[in-house]
Amino acid sequence: MYSSDGRSRDARSARYDDPWYDAIASGWGESDGTEVPDAAAPSAADVYLEVQRSAAFQEVRRRYRRFVVPAVALFLSWYVAYVVTATTAPGLMARPVAGAVNVAMLAGLGQFLTTFLLTWAYARHARLRRDRAALELRWDTQELTRVTRGGAS
Amino acid sequence: MTGDHQTLALLLFSVFVAITVAITTWVSRNRRGSAEEFYAGGRLFSPMENGFAIAGDYMSAASFLGICGLIALFGYDGLLYSVGFLVAWLVVLFLVAELVRNCGRFTLADVVAARMRERPVRIAVGTSSATVSVLYLVAQMVGAGTLVALLLGGESEAAQAWTVIGVGALMVVYVAWGGMRATTWIQIVKSVLLLGGTVALTVLVLTRFHGDFDRLLLTAAEHSGHGDAFLAPGLKYGGDWTARFDFISLGLALVLGTAGLPHILSRFYTVPTARAARRSVVWAIGLIGGFYLMTIVLGFGAAAIVGPETVRGSNAAGNTAVALLALDLGGGADSTGGTVLFAVVAAIAFATILAVVAGITLSASASVAHDLYASLRRRHTAPHGEAAVARGEVAAARGEVTVARGEAALVRGEVAVARGEAALVRGEAAVARVAAVGIGVVAIALGLLARDLNVAFLVGLAFAVAASANLPALLYSLFWRDFTTRGAVWAVYGGLIPAVVLVVLSPVVSGGPASLFPGVDFQYFPLQNPGLVSIPLGFVAGWLGTVTSAEVPDGAKYAETEVRSLTGAGAV
Repeated sequence: MYSSDGRSRDARSARYDDPWYDAIASGWGESDGTEVPDAAAPSAADVYLEVQRSAAFQEVRRRYRRFVVPAVALFLSWYVAYVVTATTAPGLMARPVAGAVNVAMLAGLGQFLTTFLLTWAYARHARLRRDRAALELRWDTQELTRVTRGGAS
Repeated sequence: MTGDHQTLALLLFSVFVAITVAITTWVSRNRRGSAEEFYAGGRLFSPMENGFAIAGDYMSAASFLGICGLIALFGYDGLLYSVGFLVAWLVVLFLVAELVRNCGRFTLADVVAARMRERPVRIAVGTSSATVSVLYLVAQMVGAGTLVALLLGGESEAAQAWTVIGVGALMVVYVAWGGMRATTWIQIVKSVLLLGGTVALTVLVLTRFHGDFDRLLLTAAEHSGHGDAFLAPGLKYGGDWTARFDFISLGLALVLGTAGLPHILSRFYTVPTARAARRSVVWAIGLIGGFYLMTIVLGFGAAAIVGPETVRGSNAAGNTAVALLALDLGGGADSTGGTVLFAVVAAIAFATILAVVAGITLSASASVAHDLYASLRRRHTAPHGEAAVARGEVAAARGEVTVARGEAALVRGEVAVARGEAALVRGEAAVARVAAVGIGVVAIALGLLARDLNVAFLVGLAFAVAASANLPALLYSLFWRDFTTRGAVWAVYGGLIPAVVLVVLSPVVSGGPASLFPGVDFQYFPLQNPGLVSIPLGFVAGWLGTVTSAEVPDGAKYAETEVRSLTGAGAV
């Protein structure tokens, strides 16, 4: 079902450079010592549980959370601080800085700027630190669930 | 306004309608049928196309005319308002877009219901999504009617009524015929028009001031009659503490509500992957951010060039500020340039409303057909498609038994299952088309009933409901392992009901001269926007429902959600 959106270099290079079976060898199956599929024909639920426990997945999740949690805390508190200051301390916000530009104007434009910066940082972080590993996990997982579905029916 | 303006504006608008109807016919040729096509437009839009479409869905006429008007009348407070609309996109980008794309198929309820007992969750989320859509829709319809009166001088009741009916009929045509594919292209066309018009006006304003933003601000402050106070917060949202808390409440609803708006979430299913969904949001943030930056210039430009008194004289809420600015920038009321620019602004505003309305109708019909109808119906009768699925499963089972021809029969059985599912889903698309017509009729009726009311609060309310009901359920189900069915249902109703009840008890509905029912007084809640109270209530209700439920949280289901949401495994 996957269709690459043609223009993304990473998607293609990820597929060619790192064949999906590399991740199986390095990522998982070691953590809990059970043999992958074969003998007991695990259900799809087992596959997801096992992928969730795998080191490769935990690394992807850790990278995602490590970026997103502080970033959300940062921009939400910055925004709430901005709104609360603007409504409760207009005097402070009216303090002139240069010409017609005052603190309020700088803070407002600062909100635009931080939004653009965080967007850029997130997109970059996801592209460089998460996409490739996530794509590998996707193929592995789909391969495993396909195998289980075939074995079970 | 003179006849020239009207004729030209109507002409331009007719051209837009003709183009969009042509698009609808063109893209829907030979593409009837599947739900995949109707709800998700085939899922093959590029990130840039989808980014423009998202921006088109989000930049309503309320932002274009309303925010410019607010800035022209109240200066900095208008800017304060627009910041919330932009920052909200970080919530969407970080927490929602990719994960929702990976986990769901068509609607928000898909994501939440995947982990839970499906029926109650689908009904709850479907109800709140439909509520948000209808609130938003009525606000846009009434806005369309008012806009005609404002821009074309059609003060008569009949002109407004026919506008509402016309807009409603067009949106039903777009959605029922063209589905998501046509709606997306209409959004893209509208986005390009809106951004093009805004860029042109911004350049004209800046040229007028020789590129000196500082002087633009100073002139605006001078002409406003407020002096330096015009450039600082407090003119509109200052005053007593109720007004201040009201604004904080609105700000919270704006920032958290966007991530729960059903018509925004459904846009992520029109691209093939989570990566494409992320890139479309990045595009959208760039476009929307640029747009709001330009509205700042236009708003202060209107204050500096037209002057707040003239703006207020034309429309007390400031909605005509951009149109008046365009008239002036083009060379004045009697010049050709002025006439053309005015007509362009009016036509863009119509196009904006039409496109936004179509987008919302589509997602409302998805909530009704895919979530509510499917869940409510499944209990009673097995529809044709399900019977086919069952038949297919029997065939698959039979295939298992037959050893010799097992493989072949198995494959045949699977094909039958797939065919049955396709039939089920095809039936659903037909239901969705009917639902779109029904929603169109309801929206037209409500739009006609409400056309004299001040409906700005409806948009704020739609955001508040989205933030209080949809967002808690969505975030909990994506990130909280122990979340249960009862928690999901409580989170939705625990946000939806307080939000609606608080608005009913608020000064918007009763107890003041500007209320819906000025004669009676059952106002017990001081704020116009319920977000400050109802958003925390939604989150608390979800937590409470989860910790009090006897249901043992299903670790395997959560593993599936988590793995799928972060990797995209099994995504459609």
